[in-house]
Amino acid sequence: MELSQYLSMFIDESKEHLQSLNENLLNLESNPQDISIVHNIFRSAHTLKGMSATMGFEDIAALTHEMENVLDLVRNSKIEMNPFIFDCIFKSLDSLESMVEDIIQGGTGKADVSPIVVALRSIVTGDYKTAQAPAVTAAKEPAKGIEVDEFQFSILQQSIDSGFLVFYIEVSVNENCVLKAARAYMVFDALERMGEIVKATPSVQEIEQEKFDRSFSLYFISMVDQATLEKEILNVSEIQSAVIITVDSESLAELSRPRTEVEAARQEIAAAVAEAITPVVSVEAIHNVEPVATAVKLVAGGAPVASRTIRVDIERLDALMNLFSELLIDRVRLEQLASEVKRNDLTETVEHMSRVSSDLQNIVLKLRMVPVDSVFNRFPRMIRDLAKSLDKKVDLVITGAETELDRTVIDEIGDPLVHLLRNAVDHGIESISDRLAAGKSEQGTIQLRAFHSGNHVFIEIEEDGRGIYREKVLKTALKNGLVTAEQAAKLSDLEVYNLLFASGFSTAEKISDISGRGVGLDVVKTKIQMLGGHVQVDSKPGFGSKFSVQLPLTLSIISAMLVRLGSEKYAIPLSSIVETSAIQKQQIRNIHGNKMVEYRNTVIPLVSLSTLFNVPDFNEDLEEETEIVVVRKGDKQVALMVDEFIGQQEIVLKTLGKYLSGLFAISGATILGDGQVALIIDPNALIK
Amino acid sequence: MGEEKKVIVFALGTEEYGVEVEKVRTIERMQPMTRVPKAPAFIKGVINLRGVVIPIIDLRSRFGLEELVNSDATRIIIVSAGDFEVGLIVDSANDVIDLDTDNIDNPPEIVGGIKAKYLDGIARVGEQRLLVLLNLEQVLDRNEIQQLERVEE
Repeated sequence: MELSQYLSMFIDESKEHLQSLNENLLNLESNPQDISIVHNIFRSAHTLKGMSATMGFEDIAALTHEMENVLDLVRNSKIEMNPFIFDCIFKSLDSLESMVEDIIQGGTGKADVSPIVVALRSIVTGDYKTAQAPAVTAAKEPAKGIEVDEFQFSILQQSIDSGFLVFYIEVSVNENCVLKAARAYMVFDALERMGEIVKATPSVQEIEQEKFDRSFSLYFISMVDQATLEKEILNVSEIQSAVIITVDSESLAELSRPRTEVEAARQEIAAAVAEAITPVVSVEAIHNVEPVATAVKLVAGGAPVASRTIRVDIERLDALMNLFSELLIDRVRLEQLASEVKRNDLTETVEHMSRVSSDLQNIVLKLRMVPVDSVFNRFPRMIRDLAKSLDKKVDLVITGAETELDRTVIDEIGDPLVHLLRNAVDHGIESISDRLAAGKSEQGTIQLRAFHSGNHVFIEIEEDGRGIYREKVLKTALKNGLVTAEQAAKLSDLEVYNLLFASGFSTAEKISDISGRGVGLDVVKTKIQMLGGHVQVDSKPGFGSKFSVQLPLTLSIISAMLVRLGSEKYAIPLSSIVETSAIQKQQIRNIHGNKMVEYRNTVIPLVSLSTLFNVPDFNEDLEEETEIVVVRKGDKQVALMVDEFIGQQEIVLKTLGKYLSGLFAISGATILGDGQVALIIDPNALIK
Repeated sequence: MGEEKKVIVFALGTEEYGVEVEKVRTIERMQPMTRVPKAPAFIKGVINLRGVVIPIIDLRSRFGLEELVNSDATRIIIVSAGDFEVGLIVDSANDVIDLDTDNIDNPPEIVGGIKAKYLDGIARVGEQRLLVLLNLEQVLDRNEIQQLERVEE
C-alpha cells in the first residue's frame, strides 16, 4: 500500500488525538474519579496506536501501546490515577508530540522512549508501588547526599519506580592512600559491572585528577543487593569505608528540594536508617537509562474530534465558493428571463431553483467557519506547563470558545495568541510571593475571551497581574527615539501602552530592565495586521493588563442591511444597526453647523452618506422625506441618511485586498447575488 | 543571446508596454465596476473576478495621461506583484512576445511624461518597435499612493 498519500491525513488526525488526549488528561486531573474520561483517553490512544502501526511508525505505536496498558487498568478500576501516573502519561504525550512533529519535519518519527516505557511498565506491573512501599517502612532515610539535576532526578525516579535499586554510596579511602584516583577508579570499575553510576561528587573527571579529599559519593542504580555491593567495594584495597544507603522515592523527592531543607531533614533523622532493609525486585538487566530529550513542542490545533465530520481541502472549499457565486449570477439572469418569458412552469421552476440555491448558499458559506475552540484547546496545557516551570499559580478561564471564525484566520491566529499568553504568564502575572505582598490571591487569573462584535471577532487576553507602568514604557520609548519628550507628555495612557507594539521597542528592551514586556510584540502586531486585524493593550498599573485582538471575519458571513445610494449599493452590518426609520426634512436641525436629528428623546448627529462618499447620482438634500439607519458604537449613536433600503441579507465578507487597505469607513466588500460588488460600511469609523 | 523573457504587450496611448507574463493572471474585458469612495482618483473601483474582489487601476490616470472613453479594445489586465493583486485598465492588449534580455536597455533619463522609476527598461523588438517594460512594484507602491492621497487632500 502506498502510504505517503495518507501521511497528511495521519498527521492531522494524530494531532487531533494528541490534542484531545491532552485535554482529557487535564480534565481527568481535575476530576480523577470520572472513568468516562479515561474511556475517551483510551479510545484516542487506541486509534492513534492503530494509525501509527498502519503507517509504519513503530515507535509511536509501541509507546501508545504501553500507555494503553496503563489506561486499560485504570479503565477497569484495577489501579487508580495518581500524580505519578499523570506525569508519566503527560510525558508520554510530549514524546508522542515530538515524534509526530519529527514526522511533519520529514523525519521517521523515531525516538528513544525506553525510560518512559520502563516507567509505564512499572505502573502496569505495580512495581513502582512495591518500590515505594518499603520506603514507608524504611521510614525517613537520611536525605543526605548530593544534589541532582532534573534529568538525573527523573532517571532515578523512574528507576525506583520500575523496581531498580537506587543507592547513595559514600566511599572513603584510607588516610595514607597513595593512589587515591586509582582506587577510586577501581571502585567505579567494580560498580559499573553491577549497574550504572548516575552522578558522582566530585565529578568523575575531578576524581580522576585526584581533586578530592578522602571520600567521594555517588548515585548508583543496580539490581544487586546492598551487602554484595558493600563487599565488592571493600574488596578494593585501601578503601576505608563504604556507606551504602538505599534511596526511595521519598528521600529522592527530598533531594530535589533546596539544599537547606535537605540539610535540615538530614540532621533531624541523622543516621537512623543505615540498616534499612530493601526488597530485591527481580528485574531485567539495566539498559537504556540514558536521558532522552522529550522536547515539548506545541502542535497546531486541529478541529475537535467529532465522529461525524470529513476533512476537506480548503482550496476545494474556495473553488466551491467561487463556483457558487457564478451560479448565483446565472440564477439572477434566469429570474430575469423567466419574468420576461412569462411562462408559468418556467417561472415555477426558476422560483424553486432560487429557493434551493439560497439554502445551498447558506450551507456553502458556513462550511468554512470553524469554532475558535480549535485554537484555544491547546492553551490549557500550555499554561499549566508554563505556570509550573515559572513556579506561579495561574488559572486560565476560557469563554466564547464556540465563536466561529474563518478557517484561514484560525490557522494563522495561533502563534500570536501563544505569544500574548506567554507574555501574560511570564510578565503579567506576578510570582506567588509578589502577589501575596500586593494583597492579591496567590493564584493569578488569565481570561481568554472570544466574541463577535459587528463584523469583527474580538479575542481578549486579560490578566490580573502587575500591569504596565506608563513611566517605564515611556523611558524606554524615549531612549529608543520612538517618541520625543514633547510628544511623550501629550500621549494618553492608551497611546503609551501601544508603544509596546512599536518595532524597535523590543530589541532595545533587552538592554533596559523594564519588566520585559514588549519582547516580540511587534511581531505579534505585524501578524495580526497581516490578517487585517488590530491589537491594542490597556492596563491598570497594579491590577493587570488586557490585550485586545480585533479580527475581521474575512470570508465569514454576517447579516447586513443593504441600502441604495443612487445607483450604488452598500451593506451595513446588522449588528451595529439600532433601528431604521424615515424622517421629514423639517425634523433636521442645525446645531453648530452640524446636522442633527431628534431620535427617541435624544439629539443625535445626522450623516449624509451620499455626501460623505461623493455619490455621483444622488443627494438627500433634494428629498422631502429621507430614510435613516441609526447605528451605534458603544453608547454613541449616529443616523445615516440613505436613499432606499433594499433589504436584509446574509452576506459573505471579502477583503478589498492589501492594495486598498485602510480605506475610510469601508471595512470590506461583498458580492451580491447579481455578481456585483457592494462595499461594506464600517459604522465605527463614522462615529467619533 | 541573453535569456528569453515572455511579455504581454499592451497599448496606452501611442506607446506599447510590456509586462512579464508570470505576473499576469488573466486579461479581461471591461465590466461593471463598483466605485470605491475616498480612494485615489486612479482607482476606478473594484470588480468581482470569479469570487475575488479586485481593485482596478486606470493606468492612464495613474501615469497622468488624459483619460479616454472605453472602447471595445479596452482591457483589464489582472496582475499580481508582491502582495498585491490588481487590475490595470489599458487601451488594448493583444500580443505575447519573447524578448531577448540583451535587447533591453536601462530606462532613459526622461521618458515621455511617465516617470522613469515606473520603468524597468526599454526593449527593442525588431527594427522599429520599442517596448516599455513596466516596473509593477513601483507602479503599485503603497507609499507613493499615500503620498498622492496627501497631495489630493
